[in-house]
Amino acid sequence: MEITGWGNYPVIQADGFSFETTDQLNHFLKKTDTCIAYGMGRSYGDSALNHRVVFSRRLDKILDFDSKQGVVTCESGVTLADIINTYLPGGWFLTVTPGTKFITAGGAVASDVHGKNHHKAGCFCESVICFDIMLPDGSIVACNRENNPDLFRATCGGMGLTGIILTVTLKLQPVKSSNIRETIMRCQNLDVVFDLFERYESTTYSVAWIDCQAKGENIGRSVLMVGEHADSGNLAPPAVKPSISIPFNFPGFCLNRYSISVFNHLYFRKNPGYESGRIVSLDTFFYPLDAIDMWNRIYGKNGFTQYQLVLPKAASLKGLRAILEKIASAGMGSFLAVLKLFGRENDNYLSFPMEGYTLALDFKMQPGLFPFLDILDAIVLDHGGRLYLTKDVRMKRDVFINGYPRWKEFERLRTQEHMKDKFNSLQSIRLEI
Amino acid sequence: MKLLILGANSDVAHAISKKFAKEKKCDLYLASRDMALLEKKTRDIKARYDVDATAVSFDAVDYSSHKDFYERLDPKPDGVILAFGYLGDQIKAQEKFSEAKTVIESNYMGAVSILEIIAGDFEKRGSGFIIGISSVAGDRGRQSNYIYGSAKGAVSLYLGGLRNRLSKKNIHVMTVLPGFMRTKMTQNLELPEKLMAEPDEAAEDIYRAYKKKRNIIYTKWFWKYIMLIIRNIPEPIFKRMSM
Ligand SMILES: Cc1cc2nc3c(=O)[nH]c(=O)nc-3n(C[C@H](O)[C@H](O)[C@H](O)COP(=O)(O)OP(=O)(O)OC[C@H]3O[C@@H](n4cnc5c(N)ncnc54)[C@H](O)[C@@H]3O)c2cc1C
Ligand SMILES: NC(=O)c1ccc[n+]([C@@H]2O[C@H](COP(=O)([O-])OP(=O)(O)OC[C@H]3O[C@@H](n4cnc5c(N)ncnc54)[C@H](OP(=O)(O)O)[C@@H]3O)[C@@H](O)[C@H]2O)c1
Repeated sequence: MEITGWGNYPVIQADGFSFETTDQLNHFLKKTDTCIAYGMGRSYGDSALNHRVVFSRRLDKILDFDSKQGVVTCESGVTLADIINTYLPGGWFLTVTPGTKFITAGGAVASDVHGKNHHKAGCFCESVICFDIMLPDGSIVACNRENNPDLFRATCGGMGLTGIILTVTLKLQPVKSSNIRETIMRCQNLDVVFDLFERYESTTYSVAWIDCQAKGENIGRSVLMVGEHADSGNLAPPAVKPSISIPFNFPGFCLNRYSISVFNHLYFRKNPGYESGRIVSLDTFFYPLDAIDMWNRIYGKNGFTQYQLVLPKAASLKGLRAILEKIASAGMGSFLAVLKLFGRENDNYLSFPMEGYTLALDFKMQPGLFPFLDILDAIVLDHGGRLYLTKDVRMKRDVFINGYPRWKEFERLRTQEHMKDKFNSLQSIRLEI
Repeated sequence: MKLLILGANSDVAHAISKKFAKEKKCDLYLASRDMALLEKKTRDIKARYDVDATAVSFDAVDYSSHKDFYERLDPKPDGVILAFGYLGDQIKAQEKFSEAKTVIESNYMGAVSILEIIAGDFEKRGSGFIIGISSVAGDRGRQSNYIYGSAKGAVSLYLGGLRNRLSKKNIHVMTVLPGFMRTKMTQNLELPEKLMAEPDEAAEDIYRAYKKKRNIIYTKWFWKYIMLIIRNIPEPIFKRMSM
């Protein structure tokens, strides 16, 4: 069968294995050489790709729910959308959610995903109490911060390279409403948006859309959106079906037109540049792109990649300005990028966030793109930053090693536990980890 | 309300269990062979819907156990959903009667054996409903799956007769005729993507039809028309086609 990640690049031939019980998986691992877990395939690059993949989607059972504590134990193929639909009516929501709900619990752990509240709540795995994982020899190990702490730190953010996560026990947060009270602010440039991010540090959620084509004084022209859970309102689960679907691969130029108009609408409508307290649904606030099913096809059949970097806070202003300048003059990137201020980093070996600013933008696959991204990589490294593995499809080994100083501990565990013989993705092969 | 799901490990059965637990807040008996898997599905229902669910061991082809199996259910179910089934391998079934026999027994004989016991009890109590899952494969014999198809055809006829008998006692019998559904039964087959139903979609259709007390439903809906055409192709032409 053909498989690919969210970026539709690369597309490869693979054998897929689907299973429902741990015995079936155990049996498969015994007779297979190398493989990698594949959840919902929402990672953009090649971290879930190999010529043999283990599909987790049939592991879609919820095993326990403590309705007093809001603690749920589910199998790793359960999606975040399923958790929300099931428990939001009872007043529980994910403690941390990324910008799409169509990912699995296993994928959320493996990428240690972050959301708009990273500065307050940290990564997804901060809300993980424990998980079960199957190791190369087929044994199942229960993992938390006390038992098998090394395996815990390696697996959270470990991109599926330590084993197949089977179950995840997760703490949800209580909410009083399925709405968010949102404030939107217009920011003329990078200084202004940085200043506002820091001023709104005590607000739970914050993120900005930034115009990557702005130049000179206007570099960093953006719209900052901050929000809190509303204190009243209904708890109805969100609508089930995405409203619009992109049925086939779109010619690439359409997306820029679409995003330009959305941005301009937000940016120029705001007068005097500030709108406070509007009530929006969780779906609108957290998952705007989920409303367009398969929006990734909008980039056309050659696919695209998302470039997500983070820079330490002290180096962020200088570094981001340099990067945005390069992007604006190259004219290759998407019009819009996402900007966010992260809180402190955790001690998982390969988790992406560190305290500082992160920028994410899409690049349609095109000639000259990879050499251009190599130039950006150099700026990122010079400023002490790194790239997000779950978005990556092309970084070189030295970029990885320099960005993730704890790679050695990760590597040691992988060698010691024979994980290198069993769990590899095209990404891990490229990065030689 | 208490519901009995026969063949509860089927992917469609699980989707139906969830739908009924969610909408009707009913307690469930989940009956099937693989108990480890069944325990997991029981936990799934309980964790999601705050209803009770019990796993019970049941083998459709172990006919002599059926009476005991049903007698031990306490309280008795208010409704039953029959979902077990076995597709088998047509070529193998042509060559080896043991395969054909398993197909016929697991789809048809098992259904007759257990449903007669349940129908008797419902009739005595004067209440209850039965939802039986047959297949569009039973609508016309085709070379690619006529052994399975004939067993399902028998199930459809059987359910029709049962409906006729029990309607006098206000007991509703509904026949479900699915087309292609994306389940473990079909995971290794190459089927036309556009015609596939997700288990959840089938469960929605079945629940809606149950509420409306429909007699016979196709899922997805367009199978009604596909099968109308297929049933009406004249035999002299049909026999020369490869379907
Ligand atoms: C629209 C959109 C918005 C996004 N927004 C954000 C965001 O705001 N923040 C953020 O952090 N990320 C974001 N992402 C990225 C996404 O959250 C991650 O890539 C996530 O890991 C995808 O999960 P998945 O289930 O699709 O896993 P896949 O993409 O299938 O796999 C991702 C990785 O997880 C591993 N994996 C999956 N399942 C298991 C398992 N059971 N056991 C072991 N390893 C496993 C895979 O091997 C692979 O390395 C976004 C993606 C999209 C498409
Ligand atoms: N999938 C389709 O495209 C399709 C199309 C038309 C009709 N159908 C019918 O729809 C129903 C559900 O199908 P599905 O696709 O959900 O199937 P499925 O996932 O393959 O499940 C079938 C289940 O039947 C159970 N079963 C088989 N033999 C049994 C026996 N002797 N005793 C007890 N249980 C037995 C098995 O339970 P254990 O795991 O416990 O052994 C199995 O889990 C079946 O009747 C099928 O024939 C399916």
